Amino acid sequence: MSVTSHDPKNVDATTGTATTGHEWDGIRELNTPLPKWWLYIFYATIVWALGYWVVYPAIPLASSFTKGMINYSSRGEATADVEQLKLARAPMVNALAKASFEDIQKDPKLLTFARAQGKAAFGDNCAPCHGAGGGGSKAFPNLVDDDWLWGNGSLADIQATITHGIRSSDPDTRQGNMPAFGDGVLKPTEISAVADYVRSLSSLPVEQGADLNAGQKVFADNCVACHGENAKGNPELGAPNLTDQIWLYASDKATIVEGITKGRGGMMPNWGSRLDAGTIKALAVYVRTLGGGR
Amino acid sequence: MDARICVPCRAFCNRECRDRLSGFEPLSCTPVALPTQEVGGKPNYNFGPIKFATIASVFWGIAGFLVGLIIALQLAYPELNLGLPWTSFGRLRPLHTSAVIFAFGGNVLLATSFYVVQRTCQARLAGDLAPWFVVLGYNFFIVIAGTGYLLGITQGKEYAEPEWYTDLWLTIVWVTYFIVFLATVIKRKEPHIYVANWFYLAFILTIAVLHLGNNTTIPVSIFSSKSYIVWSGLQDAMIQWWYGHNAVGFFLTAGFLAIMYYFIPKRAERPVYSYRLSIIHFWALIFMYIWAGPHHLHYTALPDWAQTLGMTFSIMLWMPSWGGMINGLMTLSGAWDKLRTDPVLRMLVVSVAFYGMSTFEGPLMSVKAVNSLSHYTDWTIGHVHSGALGWVGYVSFGAIYCLVPWLWNKPKLYSLKLVNWHFWVSTLGIVCYISAMWVAGIMQGLMWRAYTALGFLEYSFLETVEAMHPFYIIRAFGGGLFLAGALIMAWNLYKTIVTPAAEIEAGVTPALVPAE
Repeated sequence: MSVTSHDPKNVDATTGTATTGHEWDGIRELNTPLPKWWLYIFYATIVWALGYWVVYPAIPLASSFTKGMINYSSRGEATADVEQLKLARAPMVNALAKASFEDIQKDPKLLTFARAQGKAAFGDNCAPCHGAGGGGSKAFPNLVDDDWLWGNGSLADIQATITHGIRSSDPDTRQGNMPAFGDGVLKPTEISAVADYVRSLSSLPVEQGADLNAGQKVFADNCVACHGENAKGNPELGAPNLTDQIWLYASDKATIVEGITKGRGGMMPNWGSRLDAGTIKALAVYVRTLGGGR
Repeated sequence: MDARICVPCRAFCNRECRDRLSGFEPLSCTPVALPTQEVGGKPNYNFGPIKFATIASVFWGIAGFLVGLIIALQLAYPELNLGLPWTSFGRLRPLHTSAVIFAFGGNVLLATSFYVVQRTCQARLAGDLAPWFVVLGYNFFIVIAGTGYLLGITQGKEYAEPEWYTDLWLTIVWVTYFIVFLATVIKRKEPHIYVANWFYLAFILTIAVLHLGNNTTIPVSIFSSKSYIVWSGLQDAMIQWWYGHNAVGFFLTAGFLAIMYYFIPKRAERPVYSYRLSIIHFWALIFMYIWAGPHHLHYTALPDWAQTLGMTFSIMLWMPSWGGMINGLMTLSGAWDKLRTDPVLRMLVVSVAFYGMSTFEGPLMSVKAVNSLSHYTDWTIGHVHSGALGWVGYVSFGAIYCLVPWLWNKPKLYSLKLVNWHFWVSTLGIVCYISAMWVAGIMQGLMWRAYTALGFLEYSFLETVEAMHPFYIIRAFGGGLFLAGALIMAWNLYKTIVTPAAEIEAGVTPALVPAE
């Protein structure tokens, strides 16, 4: 390269820099030295890497690896973070575990902590079905209102529901099914009539020519056992109140007919097998503050 | 009889063929009736396969960008999954990545490598059917891989989704590609091998090694599309990201740097800035890249020593990567004024700027402290797309804009104004895309790690997903602009090919009448 660089035809006129003397399809190359800043930063990154290898785990050995000067491990770092967090939360977590619901409601500090813990646990575990704000969706109850399918909305009832679940594998689970009346129990005309009757209970318009008396008779013969004489439901069986404006599935006639024909039986997991008792207590407090307890 | 008339004869010159064409013997059917190596003392370049790959690259590019737009919209509006397995995000996402990387990028690499190696070696491509086999065989690979994804056939390895039979076919095609390229370099008329060809060779050879290493699978049966990898657990993860990272390093970096090293000096009509830098940064890049894969597995079960090596080699890779950027940008010295008048050169230069930005961002994100925030967030998607749209996309568009008039013997492109439109529409698209993903990704990472004063996570996962929604819409908008730019390009290239050379020379471009 240096041999040819004295040849004036091998010098680029614009920059005054020598070329290498070669040309490919009209392309030449200047013989510019490496930019100093480029070279020094490159060296600096290499020196930094060598230093990092001394300080941190880096070199694989036959059955182990060099541990470095500060004995760092990413698993150790994560474990330390978790331990530190547990330690910081420990006083309040312990207090919550010992406290009864009455204690929690009397102690504003404990109540605030329980609600914070409940909110975090709700977001990770409950929100996928009940919604981020607890508003529910079709087949998943709204937790923001004061209408309770199971129990009376007391903290103890909510705690029991969360712990044992609904129609779950837990032996103490809340149990109770809406049977499939279409399986030979009721004829389609009877189902249609009782669906109209049920809509009339909550003052919804019924189809023209609907025989409400026939519907009432079907209701009396088949439904009152769970939903009650006055159709106000039974929270011991999870039988909904049919006289209000709150619908777990939907209030249109087709959905009601579907429910009567095929039955209903949504499932809620027994969180007692996944969450500790303190977290469930906190969840009960949080859920109760979303809507009206009784 | 002209040898071109008897193509099947050249392919399978047998007795039957000779009998059928007996009247033309011996001229038509001698096995030596191959195109001559030189015409009038100049190399008789083989442009047919290059033309095919160029058109294929534009077609696959638009298909890949479109699928990208669809999956971006699916993330913003999940109902667009349509509830069908074939149109679900899980199947369309690998279709998008393979279409843009392997179909679009791969055809650009085939077209430019076959062009550049001939021009810079002053030699006709080695083989006569072999280059056609490479180009057609590669596109057949794309078709069987892509249709397989839609039917749910996948290895489930990112960027290595095709199953064993597709992998075997690609191996045959790729080895042929390597032989054609190397044989052309060997029979070169130039005393030295041009730098672009070093990069092409490194790309072809390393991709072969990566492909074999990461697809070492055993089929369930010869009649089954399903296979299992021989590596297990962590070893499989490590080999997967050794492959995955070097698909970026050797396919999307080394290969496209080769494009940069030919098309920028050619278009700017300036010498390459520094031969010495090209040689140092080439070897440094090749050596460093191959180690950096473990940075994809920070804070996983991967042993700490491997994480350390992945991170430190990524940092050391910063300057070798920037060597290419310096050589690309500084080649413009003495020709910067051309950026005002030549949108094709502007596209090429902006691609190098995006390359520099991405290869700074990459080492930054490989630092464990940064990675603990960025990992698994959309920041990664933003990083990938600043490299993919800005660097790979623009250097490819620039090269295609150069190639089409050269290949089809046109004095210039149909319309530089349309190139200008392509440039600005897609630049706006890239800016929308990557800034939306930066904001979304960093916000997502911060939300995931936010704790309340009482020591509980501040946000549920659901809340972070809700917070991403507006940015997903902006991202889809940016992707839509990028696709619109590519459609402008396709129209411009089509008009360049079909408009007679004399008309282009005279500047008869009716679309550009000023609306006064």
